[in-house]
Amino acid sequence: MITSLAIQVGVVAAIGALLAALIELADRFIANYGECRITINDEEERSLNVQGGGHLLGALAENKLFIPSACGGRGSCGLCKVKVLEGGGPLLPTEAPYLSATERKNNVRLSCQVKVRNNLRIEIPQELFAIKRYAGRAGKIIDQTHDMKQLDIELTEPETLDFKAGQYVQLTAPEYAKSDQPIYRAYSICSDPTDESTISLLIRRVPDGICTTWVFDYLKVGDQVELNGPHGEFCLQPTAREILFIAGGSGLAPIRSMLFQMRNEKIDRKATFYFGAQTSDDLCYLEQMAQFERDLPQFKFVPALSMPRDEDRWEGAQGLITDVLDAGEHEFAQAEAYLCGSPGMIDACIKVLLTHGMPQERIFYDKFA
Amino acid sequence: MEPGPIAIFFAAIFTSNILLVNFLGMCSFLSISRELKASVGLGLAVTFVLTTTSLIAYLLNQYVLVPLEMEHLRYIVFIVVIAAFVQLVEIVIERISPVLYVNLGIFLPLITVNCAILGSLLFLVIREYDLWQSLAFGAGSGLGWMLAIVALAGIRQRMKYSKVPAALEGPGIALIITGLMSLAFVGFSGMIPIQ
Ligand SMILES: Cc1cc2nc3c(=O)[nH]c(=O)nc-3n(C[C@H](O)[C@H](O)[C@H](O)COP(=O)(O)OP(=O)(O)OC[C@H]3O[C@@H](n4cnc5c(N)ncnc54)[C@H](O)[C@@H]3O)c2cc1C
Ligand code: FES
Repeated sequence: MITSLAIQVGVVAAIGALLAALIELADRFIANYGECRITINDEEERSLNVQGGGHLLGALAENKLFIPSACGGRGSCGLCKVKVLEGGGPLLPTEAPYLSATERKNNVRLSCQVKVRNNLRIEIPQELFAIKRYAGRAGKIIDQTHDMKQLDIELTEPETLDFKAGQYVQLTAPEYAKSDQPIYRAYSICSDPTDESTISLLIRRVPDGICTTWVFDYLKVGDQVELNGPHGEFCLQPTAREILFIAGGSGLAPIRSMLFQMRNEKIDRKATFYFGAQTSDDLCYLEQMAQFERDLPQFKFVPALSMPRDEDRWEGAQGLITDVLDAGEHEFAQAEAYLCGSPGMIDACIKVLLTHGMPQERIFYDKFA
Repeated sequence: MEPGPIAIFFAAIFTSNILLVNFLGMCSFLSISRELKASVGLGLAVTFVLTTTSLIAYLLNQYVLVPLEMEHLRYIVFIVVIAAFVQLVEIVIERISPVLYVNLGIFLPLITVNCAILGSLLFLVIREYDLWQSLAFGAGSGLGWMLAIVALAGIRQRMKYSKVPAALEGPGIALIITGLMSLAFVGFSGMIPIQ
């Protein structure tokens, strides 16, 4: 009985082992893509030798070249575009929805979907070479509202980060109790761009969110933090037009940084900042905005509450930010708008701006999604 | 008289089509048949897996399972064999056609649980086929399945231009077409009976 059982188990195991060996061989010989060379921007010194078989996005990241990505390579954000001039193979059905006809003609691909199987020739915008990985220490962590914290990060390695106001970084949340792998999330920088050694982020808690729960419940002053950046092109345009800033919640972050820039560079343009919140508990940086109003003669801060309570004794603007914006008196057709916050708020505000005659190409935004 | 390998081969394609007569392998049949190219790819993959696993299953059954009186472990052994060959096909397809690989997506690994394959392997054991008969049956079943899925994909591509009642769009109308195709194949029955 026992021997026959042992034989049966042995036979099944032997068959399994034999087949596993066969697959291992196939993996060695068929799935072996060898070492591949990635030529970047036709510059020899930028070329990389990588082990084939992986995705382009990962191969580049391993060599400290960070292509923006919000979905972590799942092919759902469409941010990781690069030009693949040679060796990328045919366009995959997973990429098609994210590429316009012009992009397809120009060989733009999603780097998280393209696999490195042979030598590649690719083109990457120059500014992406500036994106680096940074290590730092959590400095002050300040409660700004009941669900928003300002996190100061003192950079240690490298010690300075050169960014433009409006750009964001990707913060890495390490493996911790609620998450079994490191993940990264985008956060706009809210600090003064001339301060390169400490960057501040304004982070709003998302219930059960992986990164925000880590920041709110686990991260302590002095802890090691890691990030990469700077990313993004949501920056002040060098024109003389009137500016409309519109933000909700933590969307205030990049705009605060832009206001620092305006003050540093003495940019004296007419500017209005519409900040949407529900109650007065959601308002923050009021003191600082008042200071900006004093320092920038043509700047005006307009906080608007959509659900003021009696105890708020609110005398400022009331209603949804779209309504307040709608009632504002601006030369919309001549102005420029910078929006930041949730996708719903941004889309609704864009509609209002368009109906007032603002051309689409003068509306700039960063959607927090 | 026992039908020879050639008769079994054609019978498996037409008169006893694994899909249209035995109704095995329906799920990937319905989901991948929207596009001709992907159907041909999946059909080829299924045919390859069925042919190779039929051979292996026959050999294992004849020379290992029966002599050791382990026939009751047939399911485990066959499924392991199928899984291994599907993995091989995956490695090969990814190498030679990344587009097909992405198009087939989850359905490539799902060939592992395609009941047409396990069903065929069990048929050839139950019907006590010899080596050549098994090989012919495996290859024929695979080609029969491919014929069915490619035919359906062809019809469905044309259906894009027809007005289908809203409630029947998608899988609904595909099932009705499958029924009609199945009726047509019943017309072949009796020509070469295999059982
Ligand atoms: C360019 C850019 C800049 C950004 N800048 C900032 C910033 O300055 N400050 C800031 O706080 N955030 C910012 N975000 C959003 C941030 O990157 C994260 O998406 C957010 O903090 C949630 O991360 P998480 O890991 O905590 O939640 P996740 O684990 O990613 O999400 C958990 C769950 O919550 C849902 N969810 C995610 N976000 C929200 C939300 N806002 N409201 C409700 N449900 C949500 C998800 O769908 C998911 O089901 C920015 C995003 C982008 C793309
Ligand atoms: S990283 Fe999101 S689509 Fe590639």
